[in-house]
Amino acid sequence: MTSPLEQKKIKVTRPSVVTANRTWDGIVIYRTASKGWSADLSDAAIVRTSDDARALLAEAIADDVGAIGAYIAPVDIGSSGEIEPGNLREHIRSEGLTIGLPVPA
Amino acid sequence: MYAYDEIDRTLINERVSEFRDQVKRRLSGELTEDEFKMLRLQNGVYLQLHAYMFRVAIPYGTLSSNQLRRLAHVARRYDRGYGHFTTRQNIQFNWIKLAELPDALADLAEVGIHAMQTSGNNTRNVTSDQWAGVAPGEIEDPRIWSELLRQYTTLHPEFSFLPRKFKFAITASAHDRAAIKVHDIGLRLHKNAEGETGFEVLVGGGLGRTPFIGKTIRPYVAGRDLLSYVEAILRVYNQYGRRDNIYKARIKILVHELGIEKFAKEVEDEWQQMDKSDLTLDHAMVEEIRSRFSYPAYEKLPHMPDELKKAAHDSQFEAWRKNSVAPHKVTGYSIVTLSLKPIGGPPGDATADQMDAIADLADKYSFGEIRVGHEQNLALPHVAKRDLPVLWKALDKIGVATPNVNLVTDIIACPGLDYCSLANARSIPIAQELTHRFANHDTANMIGRLHINISGCINACGHHHVGHIGILGVEKNGEEFYQITIGGRADEHAEVGTLVGPAVPYADVADVVEDIVEAYLALRARPDELFVDTVKRLGVEPFRERVYATR
Amino acid sequence: MPLVKNGKVSGDAFVHVADDAEIPTDGAVLISAARFLADAEALSRRLGKTGVIWPNNRDVDDLVPYLDRLAVVALVFPTFRDGRAYSQARLLRERYHYRGELRATGQVLRDQFVFMLRAGFDAFEVKKDSDAEAFVSTVKRYSVFYQPTGDGRVTALHRRMQQRHSESAAQ
Repeated sequence: MTSPLEQKKIKVTRPSVVTANRTWDGIVIYRTASKGWSADLSDAAIVRTSDDARALLAEAIADDVGAIGAYIAPVDIGSSGEIEPGNLREHIRSEGLTIGLPVPA
Repeated sequence: MYAYDEIDRTLINERVSEFRDQVKRRLSGELTEDEFKMLRLQNGVYLQLHAYMFRVAIPYGTLSSNQLRRLAHVARRYDRGYGHFTTRQNIQFNWIKLAELPDALADLAEVGIHAMQTSGNNTRNVTSDQWAGVAPGEIEDPRIWSELLRQYTTLHPEFSFLPRKFKFAITASAHDRAAIKVHDIGLRLHKNAEGETGFEVLVGGGLGRTPFIGKTIRPYVAGRDLLSYVEAILRVYNQYGRRDNIYKARIKILVHELGIEKFAKEVEDEWQQMDKSDLTLDHAMVEEIRSRFSYPAYEKLPHMPDELKKAAHDSQFEAWRKNSVAPHKVTGYSIVTLSLKPIGGPPGDATADQMDAIADLADKYSFGEIRVGHEQNLALPHVAKRDLPVLWKALDKIGVATPNVNLVTDIIACPGLDYCSLANARSIPIAQELTHRFANHDTANMIGRLHINISGCINACGHHHVGHIGILGVEKNGEEFYQITIGGRADEHAEVGTLVGPAVPYADVADVVEDIVEAYLALRARPDELFVDTVKRLGVEPFRERVYATR
Repeated sequence: MPLVKNGKVSGDAFVHVADDAEIPTDGAVLISAARFLADAEALSRRLGKTGVIWPNNRDVDDLVPYLDRLAVVALVFPTFRDGRAYSQARLLRERYHYRGELRATGQVLRDQFVFMLRAGFDAFEVKKDSDAEAFVSTVKRYSVFYQPTGDGRVTALHRRMQQRHSESAAQ
């Protein structure tokens, strides 16, 4: 997936969230609707328009101490409203590696 | 092994202190990310998909057993129990916390390991031949010069903010195991007619978006002029390298845009004007560094010890010995490669337990020394032949004796989309599937030497351009696709591979590679004609026909 | 923006004169390279001290004939990541033996002070007050230097060789 860190123009065509990494330990976090962050995708604020996305992203970027590398990521909304990662990259960020960790022989 | 003294250790500790202060100021908000990012990169700290990644330097690929144990400790204490050896002889940890990094660095500093300049727009790890100092036919140990360069380039005040990263590699053997032709500066050590050590200097090699094979800027630079000449090159690059576009900022672009003659003239002019007195390496200075390298007290051992004769009946041992053991310049000794490419495993990874076990084996059988190769395997460089049978059993027990060195399953791969935020596609699962397809050692041996290189994006950290088979992850409509090239080489005959056909989806890659190998087996002139030579002889067309006929 | 000179925050004796403003006949001024070169002979003989702000994408060669008459040469770091001024500084100090004030301007931050000093800068227009105040402690961060520049600091290699000589002399 072409790195969204190279995103220049913000154009939202699907439900999206704002995601970043927590500064002190690097874990994946999602911007919530209550001006905070959560490590759980299900807590993420959903945006559906480019304007809302830009606003949420700006808010996220303003938290320079707490979070780094914020960008807009697509999600899929399941039948019961559950938020799923919207592409393989976000799947990996949310669920972890697609491969096992190395195990001793 | 180079022994760090008080002075070297002081510098590393001063660096750790500085970084501790920088992390503190970052976490307090005194430093913004924009101000901090380059500082953390200069200490090897990247942000990846789901965590920070920490790249630790292993200068010219040489480690002591204590150092390897300390890397194991870092993997356990600060990470998830494993590390990844890279194509530039470094090690990467994938789950490190920024807040704990200063402590990890302090722990590493105690054994003379650092992470200075393993990232950032500065001069990176000076890599060399993992068989340096022990390979037969080597002119002299290139690591002396690697260490001289390492010191010269470390925290160089003029060259810490170059237009882009800058990579050196040195070889002192006719067969180039250091891939000098695809480095920003490649150095081929040799002697002139008077028997004086000097270097053929190549510039502007590199992979990535625009691969280039390095061009010779000077066929011979005397050893005493090495640093001043390098300074001239770096100064020209620092001043004239492009800074407007990160994809055009490497020295290879400057060399390409000026042409090698014009570039060489700029460097010569600068070099002529320089007051070289401070940088000229006189004999005493080179010997000072050489004296800090210790070499084993080799025993006088027989060429064919009894232990080896007795073990010859063991077909598994023999298979491993023929594959993973190489001749040593001292009679009775050998160089043993430890394959970090187990069938089904992620290439180039080692667990903390494996690292500890290898460190113990190094103490017992290799004078406490380990090497890291750019093909992401390890080596024990000083193994007495009589110890090979017992060593093999021990290596096999810890899973680093797969007899696939240089074979089709000895795959070089970048971390790819599973780890890396720059990636378009995954590389590790591709490598894993390929090792399953070619798991049969007899098949792999019949195929012969075949280097597969996989990169998850155009940044080419897997060196796919110079793979005999190169696989590059691209993205098409949100799906993982892969471009496949053949005929690349990284050695003294370095060249970039040629595209076989249109990109194929993730699920088809292993099939395509199998088809390519099958085509080779059908087309090769003799069983010992290497894959890469068959491609050279016949070109891409016959492969393209067979592979893409039904696609 | 504090000016650090001789290790401490000090007042700036030099006034930046914009390209379209008149240059006073005396008093210390800093003017742009383009402006200076347009009238170099006259300006280099002004009554007051004259300083030039030299862009980082231009060779210092054109300034060399006037160096002995300039009180300040100010070099530019448009971002701290653009390191061209380090080469310019070393050339001015080491090749052309410039002895006046060599000033770092632009995005000048704490973590580059040591590099700048080693390259030959002796004055710094520091972006943050806290960095300016930390100048003295920051430059003490390093006591070991692997490579020579014109700053006179003994390199690690030379220290080792000195140690060796004094060891063998003592024997």
